[in-house]
Amino acid sequence: MNPKIHIQNLSLSIDRQPILKNVNLTIPKNKITVILGSSGCGKTTLLKSLNRLTDLIPGVQRSGEIILDGVNILNGGQDLVDIRQKMGLLAQRPYPLPMSIYNNITFGLRISGRHNRQFLDKRVEHYLKMVNLWEEVKDRLKDPASALSIGQQQRLCLARGLAVDPEIILADEPTSALDPISSRMIEEKFLELKNQYTIVLVTHILRQARRMADYVVLMYLGEVIEQGTPDELFNNPQHPVTKSYLSGQFY
Amino acid sequence: MMNTKNEERLFRVLMFFSTVFIVGVLLLIVGSVLYKGVPSLSFAMLTSIPKGGFYFGEDGGILNAIIGSLYLSFGATFLAFIIGWPIALYMNVYLVKYHTLVNAIRFVFDVLWGVPSIVYGAFGFILMVFLGVRASLLAGIITVSLFIVPIMVRAIDESLKSIPHGLLESSLSLGSTRSEISYRIFSREAFQGIITAILLSFGRAIGDAASVLFTTGYTDRIPTSLLEPSATLPLSIFFQLSSPIAAVQDRAYASATVLIVMVLVISLLSRLIGNRRF
Repeated sequence: MNPKIHIQNLSLSIDRQPILKNVNLTIPKNKITVILGSSGCGKTTLLKSLNRLTDLIPGVQRSGEIILDGVNILNGGQDLVDIRQKMGLLAQRPYPLPMSIYNNITFGLRISGRHNRQFLDKRVEHYLKMVNLWEEVKDRLKDPASALSIGQQQRLCLARGLAVDPEIILADEPTSALDPISSRMIEEKFLELKNQYTIVLVTHILRQARRMADYVVLMYLGEVIEQGTPDELFNNPQHPVTKSYLSGQFY
Repeated sequence: MMNTKNEERLFRVLMFFSTVFIVGVLLLIVGSVLYKGVPSLSFAMLTSIPKGGFYFGEDGGILNAIIGSLYLSFGATFLAFIIGWPIALYMNVYLVKYHTLVNAIRFVFDVLWGVPSIVYGAFGFILMVFLGVRASLLAGIITVSLFIVPIMVRAIDESLKSIPHGLLESSLSLGSTRSEISYRIFSREAFQGIITAILLSFGRAIGDAASVLFTTGYTDRIPTSLLEPSATLPLSIFFQLSSPIAAVQDRAYASATVLIVMVLVISLLSRLIGNRRF
């Protein structure tokens, strides 16, 4: 296994309430790592620790290390913009930027200083094709992104995230607001994208985890209970919590 | 005990009548001003400054007050906007982690919003005496802008506050800095709210008499520099209404009509701009 991110002894509390308890985890490169667990178990917090969105939470305290390409990104001196540009985020529901479809894709490029019109045009077409949205929107690129359906918006948000050329995709229950067809499109896209990107997918849908995962992490009450390949975890669970989770005793 | 259906009916009737009552009162105010004001409104009144004997019912107009009020209100609204807009953005984009602090700031602005405008006028007066400035357009603009900054900040703040946290997270994840998020994303998302805030502040600025009484002064001329005193419509109404001469009193209502129409035009214009969609 070729590791991309090492999480070592990561603990996080909000107003002294522990949310993550001593998490140790290795995320493999160019694979889909699925973080599975019931709601409130800390899986979203773990995901957002990776690109330090947890910095925004009032009363947050954190210890431990997250090592990305040999560098501890929890160190004070790190350039946050740089870290975040390495990780595209796909949230539970799409948050399109208040601008046109075209500018949603180019925003990330323009703020990093690329303004060449032909370059931007090519990128827009490339990434919209990548998420199967090009045919649907090519004649209305100037329309506001908010005019798209939720499923289309989510694909646009994926394209927007990919356009800034990240190495990692963080996905926080990305299909939970979508209809089955849009959900399947996102899932299929992820399976294609994993050859080029390291994907961390948070979900509480067991079947989705079975369909997608190369590596599975089960969380419960802020702790990593068990981790391993899908075969190990789904077919031969070791921990009693994993067993009861898989048998549907809690979600 | 009332059953739910009757309770529902009772409250619907109550709400209906209170709405009708308030709209009725509003129409009565506007109606009576127009009724008294429109007959004494004339083209000359809108296009000329007071001539000798104007305050005794003779020729002249209120152009000095119209222009003065526009100068004052645009100046003060502009100043309040360039101060208030960044404050609201700072609270909602930079201070997200510090809830208690942001709530304290909100509380301060709410208190300032509630302070009567005459207090701002008195404060402006102290400031003028301290700086050795006479009653002037500049002193008025500064005083009125202090008085409308809380309105500007809280109104923009309310619309920024309603932006979902997810948009902030998504924007940060794209590698945007906080200032890019402030000016290029949040301000755009809250565009209509910002227009409303400007309108609200402008309305307060143009309609207030107490804060300009000591600070802006009054003159029959149209000011040609920021350091000259200036007439304003609310004071023009006040002075004309204080007159014992009926014809002059009627002109106060004509001035009020002009004020109402100006506020209406500004409202409609900002609605028009605000309806642009992204």
